[in-house]
Amino acid sequence: MALLQISEPGMSAAPHQHKLAVGIDLGTTNSLVATVKSGMATVLQDEHGHALLPSVVRYMPEGEVVVGHDAQAQQSADPVNTIASAKRFMGRSLKDIADRAHIPYNFVDSSDSTKLLQIQTRAGLKTPVEISAEILKTLKARAEKSLGGDLIGVVITVPAYFDDAQRQATKDAARLAGLNVLRLLNEPTAAAVAYGLDNAAEGTFVIYDLGGGTFDVSILKLTKGVFEVLATNGDSALGGDDFDHRIYCWVLDRIRESTSDFNPLSENDTRLLLTKARQAKEWLTDNHEAQIVCRLSNGMLVDVTLSSTQFVEFTQQLVIKTLAPTRKAMRDAELTLDDIKGVVLVGGATRMPQVRHAVEEYFKQTPLTNLDPDKVVALGAAIQANALVGNRSEDDLLLLDVTPLSLGLETMGGLVERIIPRNSTLPVARAQDFTTYKDGQTAMSIQVVQGERELVADCRSLARFELRGIPPMAAGAARIRVTFQVDADGLLSVSAREQTNGVEAHVVVKPSYGLSEDEITHMLKSSFGSAEADKVARMLAEARVSAGAIINSVTLALAVDSHLISEQEKQVIETEIQNLQTVSQAEDAVAINKAVDALNHATEAFAAARMNASVSHALSGKNLDSINL
Amino acid sequence: MSLNYFELFGLEPIFNIELAALESNFRKIQSESHPDRFVTAPAAEKLSAMQQATLANEAYLSLKNPANRAKYLLELQGITAISETNTAMPTDFLMQQMEWREATEDAISAKDISALDSLLAEIQVEAKTLQESLTSLLDVQKDYAAATDATRKLIFIDKVSEDINRAIEQIDI
Repeated sequence: MALLQISEPGMSAAPHQHKLAVGIDLGTTNSLVATVKSGMATVLQDEHGHALLPSVVRYMPEGEVVVGHDAQAQQSADPVNTIASAKRFMGRSLKDIADRAHIPYNFVDSSDSTKLLQIQTRAGLKTPVEISAEILKTLKARAEKSLGGDLIGVVITVPAYFDDAQRQATKDAARLAGLNVLRLLNEPTAAAVAYGLDNAAEGTFVIYDLGGGTFDVSILKLTKGVFEVLATNGDSALGGDDFDHRIYCWVLDRIRESTSDFNPLSENDTRLLLTKARQAKEWLTDNHEAQIVCRLSNGMLVDVTLSSTQFVEFTQQLVIKTLAPTRKAMRDAELTLDDIKGVVLVGGATRMPQVRHAVEEYFKQTPLTNLDPDKVVALGAAIQANALVGNRSEDDLLLLDVTPLSLGLETMGGLVERIIPRNSTLPVARAQDFTTYKDGQTAMSIQVVQGERELVADCRSLARFELRGIPPMAAGAARIRVTFQVDADGLLSVSAREQTNGVEAHVVVKPSYGLSEDEITHMLKSSFGSAEADKVARMLAEARVSAGAIINSVTLALAVDSHLISEQEKQVIETEIQNLQTVSQAEDAVAINKAVDALNHATEAFAAARMNASVSHALSGKNLDSINL
Repeated sequence: MSLNYFELFGLEPIFNIELAALESNFRKIQSESHPDRFVTAPAAEKLSAMQQATLANEAYLSLKNPANRAKYLLELQGITAISETNTAMPTDFLMQQMEWREATEDAISAKDISALDSLLAEIQVEAKTLQESLTSLLDVQKDYAAATDATRKLIFIDKVSEDINRAIEQIDI
């Protein structure tokens, strides 16, 4: 039997050791976790051999939480405590949900219409973030059991067309589940990675991704391991669920036709019919007609037959709805149909024949379906996670993704001034100067919006903050520079600065649509229970690990590149290293983190110098190559 | 150390650059500096990666688009192509622009996407001509005054094209 190696506490793992990282596809209908094992991306199964985990969470009377197939099986019996498709509600307020009359949950009305929506269950009020965290916890447990160790980090996929609020909610859910998010990755980009690497594809490809609740279309240029997104578009409220819903409405119409006294359906009957509708949809993928039979709670027998022709007819509008974003993406990428080398179908809903036909007809080529549309996103996420933690030896995978929606702010008259246009390659930063409107104006309210429309009222408001302390000047004399920065996860931060006296305001865009820091801390506390001592020990252990990691990496960097800085700068860094080593011996996590910050700060100029050196080295390397040719 | 965008990509500061070289050097720089390469690195390295990658994206965008590239080359000469005090345009160009704007309005009211598309194509022909003359004005003759006029026309043309594309988007639903 092989002996497992355990490193000394506080020491970082040997460089060659495989680090455990996974990719998670947190889907509307199903969720998956995948990893790279001996160079192969693989989806991890549960103990029953299931790869797909239905994204359904049931809150039990005894306080237990059940996730997946068992929860799904009880959906019709216990609809108000069994939440499916929580992804549709991520980062959304109640007013965003169009068809709530047909969703059998107890949504809680809030006086504040911008407040995140909540669902009343027997376990209390639950946010979509908490519900999603339960799904993530289940996948985390599955991965750690299967891989036999703690995860270093995860890549979680999100629809490319998710806005800032939806991305932030996804990150919050991961944090609640105790996961370290290496990166939020756009689903179509993940699919392109899995497809592209598998097929050694080069050229321009379209990823058409119709999932359970979201639609994305991305156009990517693949060149030697570089995946460059040229344009993305979509609809974050369109998916397979909508096809189920159309069937459900059709069945309701048939019931109404057959009986004069028809009362509104109970929550259980709604859920039952929705489940039957989904089954009929799946059946129609390979059959010409589907029989829908069930008995409602009032004893009425429903028995109707739906033909595929009828199904295609009354879902035609949904299919057409996916083509407008597709055309927009093609325009933004400045491409014609001839430029497209292949179209990859992703998402379970692309199994529907009418969807395939529509894609084929538009692109005038047969779409590629050689990868399982349910698994390809998770596989791509696993490959990226593996590369991010440094397991991938060949240094040739690079994803250049874009921001899906334009970002801007409100100017006079409720108009939007666009600062960062959609489809800008990430990371991106842009600044714009604004001025005051009235004489002696000392404060300015800045509203950050996301969307393509001209009027603020038609875009999504992400945050509102105030810059105060502007020195009184004549109207138009002040210079206020507003800077937008979007990081590689697609998350925005905004800062504003008055140029003449340097008054500054900064927000990470979160307040109006995200959970506040306090809410997260509170949720984390309650999930850890009363084990306060555990928490302290855990914080200390984490602080020591990050201290060890930074000491290691800075020491290594100094050994190789200390010639890039002055002797004096080097001494400052070495002093901070010694200080951190000393502090790490003590039991004070806060002091360790402070010393880590100090060392980080001391190495900023060094890091920048190394970056410049490595960039110019990369370019001069190219010149040598061309000489050798 | 502050390199200009051409130096950053190891290119000659000319208008008629080799786009393939720009593209490939951009990818090389991103391969070194993209934040994905520094996910597990200390905060200082993450920060410098973020800054370098952001700069590379900005620089790439400035050099890839012909109007931006011309504008940037003029900036290197200390010339601001578009400023609040310098808005004069030749009358014939203004007339041309008004014609395009009118045609755009007509096509929008008729919801005629193909008319808008052919308008875009027509405008692109004009843009190509301007780009050719910019190659000679900036790279050969170094006539920066004439180049400034041509650059401003190109910027206006980009703006008209952008507006037409937005209009198409509003119609095409």
